[in-house]
Amino acid sequence: MSKDNLSPRLKTMYAQKSEKNPVVKLGPDIKAKIGMQLRQIYGEIVDQGVPERFVELLKRLDDANCEGK
Amino acid sequence: MGLRKNVREAMLEAVPSLRAFAISLCGNVDRADDLVQEALLRAWANMESFQPGTNMSAWLFTILRNLFRSEYRKRRREVEDVDGSYAETLTSLPEQNSRLEIVEFRKALKMLPSEQRESLILVGASGFSYEEAAQICGCAVGTIKSRVNRARSRLAEILSIDSASDFGPDQETRAVANSDIVRTDRS
Repeated sequence: MSKDNLSPRLKTMYAQKSEKNPVVKLGPDIKAKIGMQLRQIYGEIVDQGVPERFVELLKRLDDANCEGK
Repeated sequence: MGLRKNVREAMLEAVPSLRAFAISLCGNVDRADDLVQEALLRAWANMESFQPGTNMSAWLFTILRNLFRSEYRKRRREVEDVDGSYAETLTSLPEQNSRLEIVEFRKALKMLPSEQRESLILVGASGFSYEEAAQICGCAVGTIKSRVNRARSRLAEILSIDSASDFGPDQETRAVANSDIVRTDRS
């Protein structure tokens, strides 16, 4: 299919265009969609919570601190 | 000691978001976690420079960003590989639409200049105000606003092209039509 030819070519054209005129007015629907996807990928990591290594790290730092004083 | 306990809790509270930001900066979970660890150590060692009552999370983000920046300068060539792996993954077939959308979005995000990407993430995902994001990045509020706008419009551009090539003839036709507009613009 033309998929393989089309995409890189258009991509280059858009890249060139975007250097000249980077800011395009976007509708609120597009902004909302970008925001949603952004929060989704960010949220997937946030939802993993605090990995154990950081709990232990801060505990160690805190303990060392208490002993030092 | 009571104060330290509060500090420790505030730091732990910031960790999930700090990790998400770190992963978005370096695109690699292991390196991101090392970066978070380094940032926490540095923050702990420089506790006296933290002003009580100010935003602990923003302070940690600033430290992490500065660490990444100095590391990034050293590893510039590695980061440039992003486009190579991007082209590779283009050949994979869609299984699930929403999942694919997210995959595409992730790739598009990686294609943004790093300043634009981090500004967009700080404001659009981490939930910082423009003012806080400006503090974290050490630049003017107007600069953040402009970077966020640029990031959004660049994402919209990239994503419309990729969906055009990935989702059949209708949108492909639309993309070709758009390309004519581009051509007119450039001539």
